[in-house]
Amino acid sequence: MVAREAAAASTEPEGATVGSYAIELDGLERDYGERVALDGISLQLEAGATLAVLGANGAGKSTLLRVLATLLRPHRGTVRVLGSTLPDEAISVRGRIGYIGHEPLLYRDLTGRENLRFHARLHRVGPERVEELLAAVGMVGRASQPVAELSKGMSQRLAVARAVLADPPLLLLDEPRANLDPAAADLLEPLIGRAPGRTRVIVTHDIEAGLAESDLVLGLRAGRQVYCGAAVPAEAPELARALFL
Amino acid sequence: MTRAALAILRKDLRVELRAREAVPAMALFAVTAFVLFHFAFDRDALDGDVAAGTLWVTLLLTTVLGVNRLFVAEREQGGLEAMLLAPIDRTAIFLAKAAALFLYLVVVEIVALPAFAVLLLGPDLLGSLPALIALLLLADLGLAAVGALVGALAAETRAREVIGPLLLLPLVVPLAIAGAQATEPLFTGAGAPEDLGRWLGLMGLYATIFVLLSVALFDFLLED
Repeated sequence: MVAREAAAASTEPEGATVGSYAIELDGLERDYGERVALDGISLQLEAGATLAVLGANGAGKSTLLRVLATLLRPHRGTVRVLGSTLPDEAISVRGRIGYIGHEPLLYRDLTGRENLRFHARLHRVGPERVEELLAAVGMVGRASQPVAELSKGMSQRLAVARAVLADPPLLLLDEPRANLDPAAADLLEPLIGRAPGRTRVIVTHDIEAGLAESDLVLGLRAGRQVYCGAAVPAEAPELARALFL
Repeated sequence: MTRAALAILRKDLRVELRAREAVPAMALFAVTAFVLFHFAFDRDALDGDVAAGTLWVTLLLTTVLGVNRLFVAEREQGGLEAMLLAPIDRTAIFLAKAAALFLYLVVVEIVALPAFAVLLLGPDLLGSLPALIALLLLADLGLAAVGALVGALAAETRAREVIGPLLLLPLVVPLAIAGAQATEPLFTGAGAPEDLGRWLGLMGLYATIFVLLSVALFDFLLED
């Protein structure tokens, strides 16, 4: 596993240039007071590829996603996202990132349509895109209901629509299919699934699913990078032992 | 930035119209405070410095309620996080929040001022109304600027309901002094004071300083 980690810490194809990376991390560290949440994370993710971040609760997966989303500052190390160095050039990548976290980030007192229109204005996206996405996530019929009256699954559909409003080239997805039934998950696949030019970072507890839809896998344990390499579904049991036992 | 600020302000006003969590509570608090003062003073009417002090202290304490509610939806529903992901100048968030608080205060004063006049004030208010409105509007500008700044700061802390008032009240002491000093002659029936312009200038300077300070600090405040 250790040898593999050294050999395959990136998705770089032979002859690729540095400029082709959507994400470059070198010795990333992030603390919460005395607690180290991320400790020396290094990887390179090619543009258009998918990274699965795996690990137990508290391993640092969500913290990594929030650092990449510019919501948290890296404390040490180098972070480059879509060619911009964080945190100094964060402003240049905001708006080019679609982020789905633990919460849908929607106002409960506003309707789904009002929520999306608000975010569309902030992202300088026209109202026709809102209607297009409401249709794409199957929420046209419920778009005039306050979010407080919607189920978690429906809120999650709206959260996906919010995240992809500006058609961002980088998606940061924290358990994006949580609360979704299989039909809804299928419905959202064109929006958050693999697509040309779309780079994705997916945080998940589901090792098999993570390996199946990713090119690169980052395994975290207590904030440390215990695995980083190409996604090989056959290695799921070994990875599970390394991350959870 | 203006476009983003207007979008956020419009969203805030819409949320408030639906939820009715800030303005009704503020107005009710102000009117209740005047009722309490009415009984506590055990007098038919107040005038002069006592009336001015009662009005301004009540308005400043009412502002605390508004400031505490200003970032509730952003904090509890993740709205701030979503806005931080947008490609907008974060000053737009400050401007929108300050504008929302300003409007809340104006609405509350439209309710509270007649209640104050009926429950507590001795002299007729009509003659001095233009000067009083000018003082209140300038004070509201300053309160909105410092309130949005303090609200953002407190929202990031665990004891936000305590931190907010503890930070806000000392900062608004200059407004309390200027407001009470300028209002006292109005509440004695003597009309507008000769130095009204000086107090208005002081309040305007206060609002300007805190708007500039907030614009400079707000981005930093929103960093984790």
